[in-house]
Amino acid sequence: MIDGVTPAEWEAVRLSLRVATTATLVSLPLGVVVAYALARWRFPGRELLNIAVHLPLIMPPVVTGYLLLLAFGTQGPIGGLLDRAFGVTFAFRWTGAALASGVMAFPFLVRAVRLSIEAVDPKLEQAAATLGAARPWVFLTVTLPLIVPGVIAGTVLAFAKGMGEFGATITFVSNIPGQTQTIPLAIDLALETPGGAARAARLAVFSIILAALALALSEWVSRRVAARVGGRDA
Amino acid sequence: MLEVTLKQELPGFTLDVSFEVPTGLTVLFGRSGAGKTSIINAVAGLSRPQAGRIVADGRVLLDTDAGTCLPPHRRRIGYIFQEGRLFPHMTVRRNLAYGARFAPRDAPREDMGRVVEMLAIGDLLDRRPGALSGGEKQRVAIGRALLAAPRLILADEPLAALDEERKGEILPYFERLRDEVQVPILYVSHAASEVGRLATSVVALADGKVLRQGSAAEVLGDPAVLPAGAREAGAILAARVVRHHADGLTELEAGGVPLFLPRIGRASGAPVRLRIAAHDVILSRDLPRGLSALNILPGTVAALRPGAGPGVMVAVDTPAGRVLARITERSARALDLAEGAALHAIVKTVSVAPGDVGGSGAAA
Repeated sequence: MIDGVTPAEWEAVRLSLRVATTATLVSLPLGVVVAYALARWRFPGRELLNIAVHLPLIMPPVVTGYLLLLAFGTQGPIGGLLDRAFGVTFAFRWTGAALASGVMAFPFLVRAVRLSIEAVDPKLEQAAATLGAARPWVFLTVTLPLIVPGVIAGTVLAFAKGMGEFGATITFVSNIPGQTQTIPLAIDLALETPGGAARAARLAVFSIILAALALALSEWVSRRVAARVGGRDA
Repeated sequence: MLEVTLKQELPGFTLDVSFEVPTGLTVLFGRSGAGKTSIINAVAGLSRPQAGRIVADGRVLLDTDAGTCLPPHRRRIGYIFQEGRLFPHMTVRRNLAYGARFAPRDAPREDMGRVVEMLAIGDLLDRRPGALSGGEKQRVAIGRALLAAPRLILADEPLAALDEERKGEILPYFERLRDEVQVPILYVSHAASEVGRLATSVVALADGKVLRQGSAAEVLGDPAVLPAGAREAGAILAARVVRHHADGLTELEAGGVPLFLPRIGRASGAPVRLRIAAHDVILSRDLPRGLSALNILPGTVAALRPGAGPGVMVAVDTPAGRVLARITERSARALDLAEGAALHAIVKTVSVAPGDVGGSGAAA
């Protein structure tokens, strides 16, 4: 089967990995901070932030893509600013596909991390404070190590979501081979092209293999970490 | 030295206290809901009281008038929690070392090796808290608090989560902490037996107020301050181990008077302190003969205090120290007891529980 894979299909696979990896890595630190804020802090607008984070999960993806286009398009307020200030362009680029993937994956990431933060006993954080650790140190030495399993779970979910994102991506950055045509978009195009069924099938197999690999990797890492965090002798 | 003045409205009562914690081990004593935990959380900085001033070792931790309230991590208070609260993802060694890196360079530090030896946790260093027993966890928690170079150690009912056997296992380590470490210790408890065994001084609380403050012997002798009233009253005697007899008894000496106990695991010459509950003491005008009890202390009545019920608390000064006896008012009349009356206090040998025998503190 591998023999039949065309360069264009390899391109779609490579692009998907790049888009999903970038989206995951960039949203990870932000996701942990937002999850921590939602889990531990009480501040005005907390409920609003919670809703904003979850919007991409409940809105039609097309609407998310449309909003991204409005905000991050070259004419959009944020997109225009970034373009002028840093030369960063999202419209019709792979970066735009990564942004769409990241936004769509964000609620999954935040939910997983938030659940694991809420499972950390605040009494342990108090104990660390009485031993002299300031807030950032408490987070780095106690909270973060204890939530690693949740962070891994959230990362895998976000990565998988990023690999599979379709609606927001095609709405925001269209379907451009080599730039924004990730596996799902390539499959969609193949299915609409006469004689493209075999191409669609090959891409679908790639998609399944990558998803299974990501899951297997996360299971393996989680088991190792869980033994350590569980407090038993590893 | 710790000075605490606090005022705070709490659900159901007002906390309004002022007391000092000298070097040694001070037990904050009172029944649940007396305000003990509110006080130590305020000292540790885990809660912010409405009004008050807390000074530890010359350093102002809280002064609501001046608007000062140091966050917990800048107070350097070693807190031993009831449930240990060890970090589950770290080995015992890393738990112990956790606080040291945050302490100032010039802070007086305990040596890790010495603390490990004192608490007998050398074999646990590479293990994780999940694999430790409750008693082992508490020993590690003591070490972790101590190694953070604290100005003061707080212990919040550190034995409450343990069964009786484990309590007996941990108590000697608190005795060593009290006797070998210069840091003042504030120890919260509602158990008279822990006070008797550990306290060098006691702050007795009730309904948010300091009821009484003084040495362990003074406070425990006052049934009014005891959560269970007269049932828990008792005296504390300082004694010394003389020898172990072949019949399973240990002979002690207190103020020249011999006392016999079921064998205790201490070497000859070792100082111990005994807690003798008031209800385990019988009074007799004449020197009793043909009696099964082994411990008979001659003395004179120092005070008579009627209780709420039909009982009378009698304080008897003996060469071994002041002993308390709880007898009925009828017996007191029959014996014609009055201050200065000579009599004998009889203590049943078996009534001195091993859990109430402790190493002698600086001031019993």
